[in-house]
Amino acid sequence: MAQPLLQSAGAVAPAVPAAHAGTNPLCDLKVEGLCKSFGKDRSVLHGVSFSVGREEAVALIGSNGAGKSTALRCALRLIEPEAGSVLLFGEDISSARQRQLRRVRAEVGFVFQKHNLVPRVSALTNVIHGNLGRAGGMRGWSQLLAATALRDRAMACLDRVGLADQALKRADQLSGGQSQRVAIARALMQQPRMIVADEPVASLDPVAGQEVMDLFRQLTREEGITLLFTSHNVQQALAYSDRVLAIRQGEVVLDENSSGLSAADLGKHYG
Amino acid sequence: MADLLTFNRSRLPERFERPGALHFVAYVALLAFVVWSFQGAGWSFSALVSGGPALADFLSRSWPPSLERLPQLSKALLETFQMALAGTLIGIVLSLPLAVLAAKGLTRPSLLSRAVYTSSRLLIALFRTVPDLVWALVFVIAVGLGPFAGTLAIAVDTVGFCGRFFAEAMEDVEKGPAEALTAAGASRFDTIFCAVVPAAMPSFITTSLFALEKATRSSVVLGLVGAGGIGIELKVAMDFFDYQLAMTIILMIFVLVLCVERLGTLARSRILEGSSQ
Ligand SMILES: Nc1ncnc2c1ncn2[C@@H]1O[C@H](COP(=O)(O)OP(=O)(O)OP(=O)(O)O)[C@@H](O)[C@H]1O
Ligand SMILES: [Mg+2]
Repeated sequence: MAQPLLQSAGAVAPAVPAAHAGTNPLCDLKVEGLCKSFGKDRSVLHGVSFSVGREEAVALIGSNGAGKSTALRCALRLIEPEAGSVLLFGEDISSARQRQLRRVRAEVGFVFQKHNLVPRVSALTNVIHGNLGRAGGMRGWSQLLAATALRDRAMACLDRVGLADQALKRADQLSGGQSQRVAIARALMQQPRMIVADEPVASLDPVAGQEVMDLFRQLTREEGITLLFTSHNVQQALAYSDRVLAIRQGEVVLDENSSGLSAADLGKHYG
Repeated sequence: MADLLTFNRSRLPERFERPGALHFVAYVALLAFVVWSFQGAGWSFSALVSGGPALADFLSRSWPPSLERLPQLSKALLETFQMALAGTLIGIVLSLPLAVLAAKGLTRPSLLSRAVYTSSRLLIALFRTVPDLVWALVFVIAVGLGPFAGTLAIAVDTVGFCGRFFAEAMEDVEKGPAEALTAAGASRFDTIFCAVVPAAMPSFITTSLFALEKATRSSVVLGLVGAGGIGIELKVAMDFFDYQLAMTIILMIFVLVLCVERLGTLARSRILEGSSQ
């Protein structure tokens, strides 16, 4: 199964050549020198720098605890890095005020490692929440209050992840994989320019996982959405990315085009 | 093998940590204070023994309960419950915004949010620690005798109770969903109402039901200071040595409180069932 996937990835040229990604003026995300530690002696990131070009699909790999999730959180300033700068869509958000930060975050669909759905409300309501960054207020709180246009769009997003028939099911009653797909639908609801997905398919079965990755590829190729995702599946990471970053003990140790890499190359960066 | 065993044994933790001298003195002082408290509380076996017959006398003179004023008493009992219900509802509505201000971690850490947090916590503590009977006395002065004073007292007491537990429920909610909405660019306000409140809802409801039970019990007592309800009837009956009437009132209160508690328990178990899935 892995082999054809690898070939299909190699067959399509990356949208942005990796060699220029760092200096490309069309660079959606550029982080430089990120440092983060939890407490005094838990240093997690030591000067992480990387960039993601516009419409590029980048995979971030690394062993458990390497700092992948932390790096992604710092990139949206969901947690404050101690040092380093973040440029999102060309805007420096390192010291941005809350209002600017909200506007920029609204353009990034963030899919968390743990789906992070709101329990006790319906899947549809969770998807509608994806629009809160663009339009806040009561009408975005629940599918009960939402305008028809908003509900329609949310249903379309759910349909894209194949869960339209579960729209009114309570989020805490969905299976792990269904929850993750609702979380992806919530990210789509943002009509994002970029999707950041932290192990988006880790809890999905092989078929659903490949469907989601295919959806991501379709989004990058056809709708020009930039993608940054992490994965522990090196073959999948290679197959669905234009470029691979490896992070190890809080440092970026690999940044290369996927086409020139093999699964064995990536395997070296674990352990 | 033997080496391994002795090595392991030497690393075994002590069963008890031996208290230091200071701790030992503290324990002794605590024990002494407990004993002294019984004396301070006027604990007396002889009074207990001699009180027995007086109690028996009260019981025999209060039986059978008199039913002659049942219609008036029922009306007073209904008023008692209405005070409790209205007061609790007002209290819950006022608690919610106060609890949001008094919950840690909902707002961005800043000097202002610290000040707001501290002052709302203090306000809630004030409402909670001053007994409801005292609030009733205050409101009787403010709005005059009658159930409205009692309702206000219950509302304030409920804010003290619910404000604290609502805030703690919101602090305990899992942070993930709120982080997800923040990442999507939602405002703090929207995040609180979309991610924190729904997750804390079961806790809100059980707390509110407890508050209603508590309010029903205290609304009985509030009548004693003229803040409406059946309490005043009980006081009058006692003052006029009409023990049969007093017994009727006590039994009616018993049934009311029991019913509210049963209904509360039933509703709570329903809600917890719903949330465990
Ligand atoms: N909130 C936190 N408080 C303290 N330590 C944390 C916190 N978040 C992460 N860490 C620590 O930072 C390190 C990196 O965590 P991170 O979640 O970024 O790893 P990861 O690369 O995403 O791993 P995984 O593949 O398991 O998801 C870990 O050692 C973790 O214990
Ligand atoms: Mg992670």
